[in-house]
Parts: sequence; C-alpha cells; structure tokens
Amino acid sequence: MKWKNLIKVAFKSIVKNKMRTLLTMLGIIIGVAAVIVMVAIGKGAEKRIQDQIASMGTNLLTIFPGSMQSRGVRMGPDSGVQLTLEDVERLKRDATLVQAVSPMVRSGAQLIGGSGNWNTSVWGVSEQYLEIRDWTLSSGEFFSSADIRAQNKSCVVGQTIVKNLFAGDDPVGQQLRVRNVPFRIIGVLQERGQSSFGMDQDDLIIAPYSTVMTRLSGHAHVNQILVRAVSLEQMDQAQAEVTRIMREAHRIPEGGDDDFTVRNQTDIAATAQETSSVLTMLLASIASISLLVGGIGIMNIMLVSVTERTHEIGIRMAIGARGRDILVQFLIEAVVLSLSGGLIGVLIGFLATWIVNMATDWITVISPTNVLLSFGFAGAVGIFFGYYPARKAAALNPIEALRYE
Amino acid sequence: MSDPQAVIRTTRVGKIYDSGEIQVEALKGIDLRIEPGELVAIMGASGSGKSTMLNILGCLDRATSGDYFLDGIHVNDLAPDQLADIRNRKIGFIFQGFNLLSRTSAFENVELPLLYSRHLEGQDLAALTRRALERVGLADRMHHFPNQLSGGQQQRVAIARALVNQPAMVLADEPTGNLDTRTSIEILATFQELNRQGITIILVTHEHDIADYCKRIIEFRDGRIIRDQKVAEPRAAARDLETGHWQASGLGERP
Ligand SMILES: Nc1ncnc2c1ncn2[C@@H]1O[C@H](COP(=O)(O)OP(=O)(O)OP(=O)(O)O)[C@@H](O)[C@H]1O
Ligand SMILES: [Mg+2]
Repeated sequence: MKWKNLIKVAFKSIVKNKMRTLLTMLGIIIGVAAVIVMVAIGKGAEKRIQDQIASMGTNLLTIFPGSMQSRGVRMGPDSGVQLTLEDVERLKRDATLVQAVSPMVRSGAQLIGGSGNWNTSVWGVSEQYLEIRDWTLSSGEFFSSADIRAQNKSCVVGQTIVKNLFAGDDPVGQQLRVRNVPFRIIGVLQERGQSSFGMDQDDLIIAPYSTVMTRLSGHAHVNQILVRAVSLEQMDQAQAEVTRIMREAHRIPEGGDDDFTVRNQTDIAATAQETSSVLTMLLASIASISLLVGGIGIMNIMLVSVTERTHEIGIRMAIGARGRDILVQFLIEAVVLSLSGGLIGVLIGFLATWIVNMATDWITVISPTNVLLSFGFAGAVGIFFGYYPARKAAALNPIEALRYE
Repeated sequence: MSDPQAVIRTTRVGKIYDSGEIQVEALKGIDLRIEPGELVAIMGASGSGKSTMLNILGCLDRATSGDYFLDGIHVNDLAPDQLADIRNRKIGFIFQGFNLLSRTSAFENVELPLLYSRHLEGQDLAALTRRALERVGLADRMHHFPNQLSGGQQQRVAIARALVNQPAMVLADEPTGNLDTRTSIEILATFQELNRQGITIILVTHEHDIADYCKRIIEFRDGRIIRDQKVAEPRAAARDLETGHWQASGLGERP
C-alpha cells in the first residue's frame, strides 16, 4: 500500500472523529504550551539577572578571606587569615591598575531614630565606595577621607530606612542611633530596588569603616576588600596584580596556596547564571511532566479507540489490509494528532507568554530551540505512545475482529 | 497434485473452535470442488457450519485440518500478509451485516480495497470506484453515508466494494438475510449478471427460493455436506423482476 493512501486513510479517520481528536490533542496542547510559557519565564529571569549583573559594573574585583574554588566552594580548613586595613593600604600604595579601593566591614544593627526603630545592616566602607560601585546619592553628600580619619559618626542611609523611620521625608541632618551610638545622617542613597534574588537593596546604612570598626563591629579585620580596576580591558592584569600584592602582603611563599580569593564580576555572574539555569531547568521539567501526561493521554485514547474500532479494523483486514497497513495507519494518526496538538500548543504557548508579559512585570524570553524541542518532543511522544496501541490493532485476527461488536 | 481447472478445492477440511474447555467441531472433513464460473448456494440449518466454511474459503480464517487450494495455491502455507493480498486481489467478500464503515460515504467505502491494494499502480482509483458503483446502480448515491441508505442500497454498496478490485470470486454470507423479497431478487439479479460476466459466486442462504436462482446447491448439516446437486434450470432473477413472477411463487408470503 502506498504511503499517500495510508496518509489519506489516517486523515479521514482523524477528521471523522472530531471530539476524540480534540480530546486526544488536549493533553499535548497543554503540555507544549506549559513548556513554552515556563521556559520563557525561566529564561526571562535569567536575562534579568544577567542585566542586573551587567549594571553592577564589571570592573569590580572583590577580595574575600580564605581560599575558594572558582565555583565558590570553600576548600579545606579555614586558614584563619583575615583581611586587614594593612592589605587595603598596600593595595592603595602599590597597585597601578587599580582606580579605587575600599574595605567593607559589615555589621547588623538596631536603629533608633525618626519615628521608631528598625533592624538593618551597617556597611563600613571608604570614601571611594560610591565610585567603586557606580552608585549615586538622591540627596546630601557622602563622607570624606577626613571623616574616616576622624572616625566621624556620619552615615548615609538607604531608601527603606527613609521610608520606615522618616515616613519618606528627607532625613539629611537628622540623628540616628545605631546600636545606641548617635550618628548624623549626611546623605540618602538612590533607590536600587530588589535584587534578582529578591533582596531589598535599599535596606542598609553606610558609614566610615573606621567608625564602624571601633564603635560597632569591634574587631580589627575587614570582611571584604573592593577594588575598582582602571578599565574593563585590563581586568585580568588588574586581578593578577591584586593577587600578587596580596600574596606579598600575606607573605605567602612561592608555590604556597592563596589565603584569600579574588573574584571578578564574571565569576559572580557565572554563579548567578548557574542558579537561574537551575530554575529554568526546574520549570522546564515540571512542564515536561505535563507533556508526558499528555502522551499517556494519547496512548489511553488510542487504546480505547483500538477496542472501539476493532470491528472497523476487522473490515479493513477482510478487504485486504495487511497488519502493517493497520499499524502504519494508527501510527500516522498518533503522530498527526500529537504534531497538530504540538502546533496548537506552540501557538497557545506564545499567546500565554504574551499575556504573562502584559499582566505582570516579569521578563519573558521565548527561545526558538525550546519551541522546536517541545514540538519535536510532542511528535516523539506520539510515536512512542501510539506504537503500543497500533501494534495491538495490527496483531488482531481479521475474523475475530469482525466478530467483535 | 493441484487441479488447474478448479478455483476451489478442499480435501478433508476440518475446523475445531477451541475456546478453552469447550471444543466445537464446526466442520468435519469437507471435500469440495468448485469450477470457474459457478454460481453456488450453500444451505443448511443454523449452526451447520456454513459461515465457518465461507470464512475459510475467503481466507479470513484458517482450517484446523485438511488442505485448501485456491487457484492451485496451497492456502494453508500462506503467511498472514499473503492471505491479506489474496483477500484484496482475488476475493470479494460480502458480509451478512453489510459491514460498511460508518460515517464514511458510499464512495469512500467502495474505494477502500483500492487503497490497500498493491497491484493497481498508476490506475485511476476514483474511476474504478465510480465504475463499481455504477455496476450496482448506485451512481447517484455515491456521496451518501450508510445511515442515509436503505438496507438494499447498503448491501449494494457492499457488493460494489467486493467488486471494485475485479476479483475472480465473490463470496457472500447471507447477502439477502435482512432484505425484503423484492430487494433480495434485485440483489440476485446483480449476482447473476456478474456470474454471466465470468465471476465465480458462492453465497450462503437459508432460503430455498433464493437458492433456486443458483446453478448448484450444497447443503450442510452438522459440519458435513449432505447434499450437492446441480440445478437443472435456475430461475432468472431479472425476468422474475420484470414479470412480477416472484410474487406468485409464494416467496413473499413466507411466515
Ligand atoms: N468463534 C467461535 N467459537 C466457538 N464456536 C463457534 C465460533 N463460531 C462458530 N462456532 C460454532 O461453530 C458451529 C458452526 O457455526 P457457523 O457460524 O459456521 O454456523 P452457520 O451455519 O453459519 O449458522 P447460521 O446459519 O446461524 O449463521 C456452531 O455450532 C457455532 O456455535
Ligand atoms: Mg452464518
């Protein structure tokens, strides 16, 4: 029997049973649409994270204490060596490819001021911090190197603090008690919103590191050192230089392991990328399950239809259809059903993605590979789950099939 | 060993239905020989094995013992696919219950055997289909569905389907079983016409008056042939239709 004829027979059968056809396709339609929407949302989140990292300024180097693998896993026991202000001074003095350096001392603190109290984190940094991060102030001014030398109790606050303690009014010039130490507010940071990980980036206060170290954290080491390289092009050289200076400062012999880690934004971006890829994978696999369920739906309806159509199969065999003809007819039916279901699913997936885009502020990214993949998967599901019922139909004995009512 | 003359030759064909515990011996050693161009009626009481025999002759079912030669081919040896090809090419089978595909037009029903055939490469299938429908007088009903046709018309669609592949032999299991007398005679007229064109026809019937239109009557009882005789002068269905003679024959007034 010619392929053209077999395809004709299969199509006639599909068109004749519109309800059955629709029900069979429904599972695949939902599955494919779900995969497309889910992956579009996941990819959108990935893109958002990428954009955010790009906006963080890419010629930033961060030095952490302790040695780490590139993936961010701490290796071996902690050497206990900390970063100190001496390291900061060495970098300032010796590094040529570095534009600005700031230590970072972090401490949690209870604030009292304005209309109540608030728990936040206090970052002790140098006067170059704004320049390093490319941040700006919405009002007031940042502290100077003189403030740092004098250990002045001046601070700059984030918008969340303004909102919660000062009801949104400009608090510059006001007093703020940080763990009972009175600070004067000299500036307010520009709003930065939520991070891609959902953290409030405006819930902080920034103060001179000298003040934070003596008044709040109470220890002589710093948590991180932030370095801004002179240019993006010379990031690698800058990183090498910083590493060399740090090894000298820590007196690490030739061949010895670093007791600190220098990371650039690319590393951090990679980590974030990995996290969000996992998210995408997770969404995709959840959606794939619904595609699988759709496939089982096809098998179920095909099996029912083999039973329901046993008599018809008997007639076809009696007038000369071979087992293989029946097999191919059922397979074509299954594949056509799942592919057209896949196609409709793709369209609905596009539509749903567009609606998500309109109705929420999520970014969605439709990837062509994903669309092709889920469409192909739908076809494969059709063949896979159509095969068993088709085999069953083809193996029927004509006279027994005819007798079946 | 095989006879070049006979279309059908069986030697001691037996059929045992084995459904687990119960075994039914439906055929008990049938020896039969049918020449080309015969028009045979198979008669017998219900359960005597007529349908079983016809199914075996039509290559729909296999005998459990004995040999069956069709056109000199030893059918017992054939694989399922070869049997399918024989059903498609050599045999037109007409079922008792019409067995048309529902929700499928008369044209598409008749076309179906052509779609499965492997020997019609390059032929105009639509023309063949139309010709078969014209032959049974249904040219004007081609695009009707079975549920829009009368019983007689449905049976004629089934006949057209059996004829479309131009088989050498037509097997019909109670082709007039559900039809009124006039329609039955019409169907028989069609069969006689086909037979005149050289097609071998075997039909199963309960009714003696139907058998009277055939050239040979074979009677079954309990899986055996108990009578096999030529009819000296078969009735002519076409003439009976013209004259209305079939009404006088008492065929219409059977209880
Ligand atoms: N599939 C089957 N399984 C078991 N026994 C069967 C089967 N088909 C037929 N038989 C038995 O075989 C015998 C012959 O049946 P068959 O159908 O050939 O009779 P028939 O002469 O065609 O009868 P009718 O005139 O009622 O159609 C019967 O006793 C019947 O019960
Ligand atoms: Mg019968």
